[in-house]
Amino acid sequence: MAANQSDVGFRSSLGRVRGLGSARTGAEHWVSYRLLSAAYVPLLLWFIIAVVGLTGADHATVTAWIAKPLNAVLLLLLIGVTFHHAAYGMQEIYEDYIHGKLAKTAVIGLTRGACLVLAVASAFSVLKIAFAG
Amino acid sequence: MTDTQAAPTAQRPNRPLSPHLQVYRLPLPAIASITHRITGAGLTAGTLLFAWWLVAAATGAEAFDTVQGVLGSPIGLLILFGFTWATWYHTLNGIRHLVWDAGGALELGAVYRGGFLVWGGSVGLTIVTFIAAFALK
Ligand code: HEM
Repeated sequence: MAANQSDVGFRSSLGRVRGLGSARTGAEHWVSYRLLSAAYVPLLLWFIIAVVGLTGADHATVTAWIAKPLNAVLLLLLIGVTFHHAAYGMQEIYEDYIHGKLAKTAVIGLTRGACLVLAVASAFSVLKIAFAG
Repeated sequence: MTDTQAAPTAQRPNRPLSPHLQVYRLPLPAIASITHRITGAGLTAGTLLFAWWLVAAATGAEAFDTVQGVLGSPIGLLILFGFTWATWYHTLNGIRHLVWDAGGALELGAVYRGGFLVWGGSVGLTIVTFIAAFALK
């Protein structure tokens, strides 16, 4: 029981019985989410300025812009960071408000799936424009 | 400190209660915080537009013109205006979050100043973005 005694700490009896507490992972995820968010700032600023420049442009102009190697690479990075950030950001929101285990797991999974589909469709579009016009 | 024992209600110390959300005027930092969450969710929905725009561009001129037509309509422009504001707000406030996560600007005064800055900055930058997109052509 000595080991258990040292584990008592701030936990309530109910929390101890349920065995909730640190899953011993999460710090890494937290840090990488922040680092990606920091990388996101210049990418998004670049994209906003680019879209402002493309306002009202026709199809040929926009696809020619997307096909430029630098633009295509930055777009692919933007797509990756955007859908990763959105999927895990939404997960944080769900975890705060949805308490049923099944509903929570389902909604998180569906959001991740939707983000993956949108990310692949977006990336494929950029690659198609870049390689096949 | 020891465990919180499940004491009968009568024996509990007379601690102050926190005010309930519905009877409490939210201070600026609380409004700024929930707005970050609302804009984050709104922007996530907005990624549908972003993906639609790219897929249409890859599909062909006709599909692309359809998207441009929808986005250029009055409702489309209103959505884009909201999307632009949400992007600026969440970006500016996101930078503030990153500064906090690094341990900075956590004093109450700084939190209020940052809140004003993020609100004013996001509205100002949204107007600048629209002027740059439509008026400077
Ligand atoms: C450069 C731009 C951005 C930065 C710097 C940024 C930064 C952040 C940070 C630091 C958080 C965590 C906040 C916290 O600690 O609670 C966050 C949350 C979130 N972000 Fe972003 N973000 C950006 C753009 C976006 C975009 C474009 C989207 C949507 C596609 C988005 C969706 C979300 C969502 C859904 C959350 C969760 C909100 C919450 O937990 O309340 N973010 N963002």
